[in-house]
Amino acid sequence: MSVFKDAPHLFRFAGVFVFAFLVFLVVRHYVVPKSFGQYGHYRGNAIGEIAAHPIKFAGHEACESCHTDVLDVKAKGKHANVNCEACHGALAKHADDPSSVTPVKPDTAVICARCHTTSAAKPKGFPQVVPEEHSTGLPCETCHKPHSPGMDAGGAK
Amino acid sequence: MKITRRQMIVLLPAAAVAWKYVLAGTPEASPNYKMTEHWWSMLIDIPKCIGCGNCVRACQTENDVPEGFFRTWVERYHRSDWLMTESGEVTANPLTVPEVISPDGGKEGFPVATDESGKYFFVPKLCNQCADSPCTQVCPVGATFISPDGAVLVDQTYCLGCAYCVQACPYGCRYIHPVKKVADKCTLCYHRITKGLTTACCEACPTGARQLVDLKDPKDPIHEFLKTHSVQVLKPQMATGAKVFYNDLDGSVR
Amino acid sequence: MNGVEGFMYPNEITLYWSVLIVLYPYITGLVAGAFILASLERIFRVEAVKPTYRLALLTALAFLLVAPLPLILHLGHPFRSPEMYFTPHSTSAMAMFGYVYMWYLMAVLVFEIWLDYRREIVLWSQSAGKWTRWIYRLMTLGSSNISKHSLAIDERAGWIVTLIGIPSAFLLHGYVGFIFGSVKANPWWSSPLMPVVFIFSAMVSGIAAVMLLYMAIAKLRKQKIDISCVDTIAMYLFYTFIIDFSLEMLDLIHRIYEADESFRSLNFMVHTKLYFSQIVLQICLGTLVPIVLLGITQVVKLPEIARKRIYSVTGCLTLIGIFAMRWNVVIGGQLFSKSFLGYTTYKMGLVTKEGLIVAVALTILPLVFLWVLVKLLPPWPEKGVPEAAAAD
Repeated sequence: MSVFKDAPHLFRFAGVFVFAFLVFLVVRHYVVPKSFGQYGHYRGNAIGEIAAHPIKFAGHEACESCHTDVLDVKAKGKHANVNCEACHGALAKHADDPSSVTPVKPDTAVICARCHTTSAAKPKGFPQVVPEEHSTGLPCETCHKPHSPGMDAGGAK
Repeated sequence: MKITRRQMIVLLPAAAVAWKYVLAGTPEASPNYKMTEHWWSMLIDIPKCIGCGNCVRACQTENDVPEGFFRTWVERYHRSDWLMTESGEVTANPLTVPEVISPDGGKEGFPVATDESGKYFFVPKLCNQCADSPCTQVCPVGATFISPDGAVLVDQTYCLGCAYCVQACPYGCRYIHPVKKVADKCTLCYHRITKGLTTACCEACPTGARQLVDLKDPKDPIHEFLKTHSVQVLKPQMATGAKVFYNDLDGSVR
Repeated sequence: MNGVEGFMYPNEITLYWSVLIVLYPYITGLVAGAFILASLERIFRVEAVKPTYRLALLTALAFLLVAPLPLILHLGHPFRSPEMYFTPHSTSAMAMFGYVYMWYLMAVLVFEIWLDYRREIVLWSQSAGKWTRWIYRLMTLGSSNISKHSLAIDERAGWIVTLIGIPSAFLLHGYVGFIFGSVKANPWWSSPLMPVVFIFSAMVSGIAAVMLLYMAIAKLRKQKIDISCVDTIAMYLFYTFIIDFSLEMLDLIHRIYEADESFRSLNFMVHTKLYFSQIVLQICLGTLVPIVLLGITQVVKLPEIARKRIYSVTGCLTLIGIFAMRWNVVIGGQLFSKSFLGYTTYKMGLVTKEGLIVAVALTILPLVFLWVLVKLLPPWPEKGVPEAAAAD
């Protein structure tokens, strides 16, 4: 066909495309991460990498394995279901190596008010007080034991 | 290349340490954890939330969440009494116009409320770990996905930072990390739940308003809870397959 | 709290898609619109617009070369953008950008321009100056065959390319509309009309741009403007405008009538935050005034000088109006909270990576590229280059 004689430029243009596409396929083979597509359209190794992030909160079970005395007191009181680090902060480092980090005792004047300050917005059955009226400026632990804060049944100081 | 014995003494332990990190990058690093045995979710019990903000602070600590952005946050709703003028004209339906605040995401709690009228409640929010998530649907390269065990995660070494997923999330739970310049959001503390721990927010919640749920675990209390309570998800009309269940969610919640 | 009224989800306060994301659909819209105008001559044999054929193609190319830049500058990790080529996610409209762009650039625009100019390129490769000669020689791909038969083959191939190019142009810009229209989370964007509205407003802006450029360049070169050409372009602009306006009004009326849960919040936003950009710029100055002015020229036979003035004013207003439309879609869609209880503000930086200066530079850059292209591939018959015998 004479089109081959009079249109070599069209075939060359197409040739540029084909060449570029082949180069693309080769590069793609080397560049796309090997675990891509393992579980879906994403890099399968990402799951493990995310799972390997460092842990900051040890979790109450870690605390309870050593501090059984506190656990005994807490389990009988109103704060039975309040986990240790909810007040004491993130202590995974302490749980891993207790001597490396000494937890700082929380300031009851600040920390108790966060939950227990009276507000019309809080659920009605939840224990709440107006701090200035209730304790006239004294820190909460003057009368309440933080691990078992109820005033009845042995919680009072 | 000849390696001397001295070099081996240095190289082998280094390789062992490095190998530990390589293995840590595989799902099998936590032995006994099989992704197919779990389908993670969360239960938020609205009547129990007191708006203390412990969960927001704990999440920020656990996950190095940057200031001004939130992987979880708490909203306080005030659905006022029926709104009428003095002459009895109805001005608005309080269900459609609740007053909502979330000062710094509720991180330092909320200001004291004194208005005894209407109904107040707190709504903790986080990524709903949607089973049919619109955010993973729109990612152009496959940087965000739902894991086989039900957590919607972001591969931050692959993400371009185009923010399409941020636009596609109906719940506003995603943001672009200001330093890493990639999409970021609640990972359901994937690094904790795969090791038998609970999420940081659930750990820190003093009232049990937030509970991690494994829907594939027959011993999980969620199954009994679902039989005895009415639960909702946020924006059910979006059909996102949201897996975060809310007990006693008011109709005014957006 | 820093520009927020009412309540917004905490992560919604910052806008993530900036003015650069407004620019991208604007630029690709101009590309698609200019190409459709060029195809009027090639496929639909509208002889009157022939003087603008080559200019429209070069305009489309100049803007298409700039189009990826706002996207690259917006990305948090621009060097990862090849991932869109290597692992495109088939459920994401955005993923098709790389392939649609490359297809349109190489297999449509560059191919068609090359086929149309090939005869001159071969001649220039032999006669041009010492350095430019090499550029032309590269463009010939080593073939200097400009026999009548080969030119006839080129003509046929070009016709096929243009035919494929029309749906390609719709895809190039329609997918952008779909990127917005398919986001169910955002009621300002989510609509099946979005791709269609985008395409028709693109055609309006592209036709207006070529009309303005033709008149401006002719004036700069002190050449006579072919008034019947401009009259024809203005007629197509008028009718495309009617369709575009009807589509936008349909969307608006539908929203007002159905008044779903988002309506109260969106309505308030349009009347306050978007009042100037939507009501004043997009609807009144950008659509109604041009339609009325063009309508007058279609009905009343005005003197040539009056028509030229009206076309110039209309062209400018149109370009501003369509930019405002993109702004209202992109920025407007992020100003309101998905809780429908609040609004935020867009703080556009000045010298930041996605700020005003970069946006202005990206708007001017295509004109610079166009100048280079016009110098390299002049769209007008040159003295000293013999006209080709008419090939049919």
